[in-house]
Amino acid sequence: MEAVLAEAAAMPWRRRANQRSLAREGRIWTLWSVGIVVTFGLPAALLIWIEPLAFPVSAIFLGHGVAVLHLQARRGARGVKPIGPAQNPPDRTALGFLGDLVGHDSRELLSETGLALQRGKLGAWLVGQEGAILVRPGGHRVHCFCVRVGEAGDLAAGDRVAHLLLALREDEEGFATVANRNFSGATWRLKRQLAQPSRPALLRARELARQAQAAG
Amino acid sequence: MSRLIRLDRTGHTELASWTAEDVDSQGAAIEAFRRELDEGMLASATLPNGSAEVVRELPLDAELVVMRRPIAGG
Repeated sequence: MEAVLAEAAAMPWRRRANQRSLAREGRIWTLWSVGIVVTFGLPAALLIWIEPLAFPVSAIFLGHGVAVLHLQARRGARGVKPIGPAQNPPDRTALGFLGDLVGHDSRELLSETGLALQRGKLGAWLVGQEGAILVRPGGHRVHCFCVRVGEAGDLAAGDRVAHLLLALREDEEGFATVANRNFSGATWRLKRQLAQPSRPALLRARELARQAQAAG
Repeated sequence: MSRLIRLDRTGHTELASWTAEDVDSQGAAIEAFRRELDEGMLASATLPNGSAEVVRELPLDAELVVMRRPIAGG
């Protein structure tokens, strides 16, 4: 029998995440984005068609739509919260442990980007202090999750990530069930909103997700 | 040498270590493990393939068992 994350088992009302549910959520997010483009783009185009001199008003209207799309992706990018430089001995101890946990391949990426890379059945994961990014097989779509240690007040940043990473390794679908979603969309949209130092982690995860799909 | 550690404010604390031959150290580790569970911690045993498993009893053959706090949606 497959292991079930204790936290997911404690939430029987929440439908367990899986490949199908994530694909369905992705489609809903795409429809939502298309809806925003249509809602703001169509009136803007109509206004220009009726009165070309109203171009500035149309541009403002269209700008609102674009801003909404940007804000959604930014919310996803900011939720993950990468690890910063170690400030004190507990930070260094926690980072050392996390480095052992992620292994040789991902250790360098972790120190450069502050995000821990983890391969899974659902795709390639990037885990931060308060969230995770899932790059789906193929690398075109990402899902962003808000998830954190319940009582993390006194924990070092590295330990927060270690907690999430262990939970993810215990039960990937359970982890995705417990976590709250805050964005799903094209990988390039998230990349533009991620802090520059974290972008190589997303590119590496996308590469792994592509390889996973190619391997079938 | 197997280790039982807890992720906490110090980075992590080694609660116990044991070997297959040392029954006393195993007993002490089991006791420490149960005490942590009673305090609401969850146990995660790291498997050789890189995955992890939730455990309710201390797996004496595991190399590393980590006590962690529960996670929640943010």
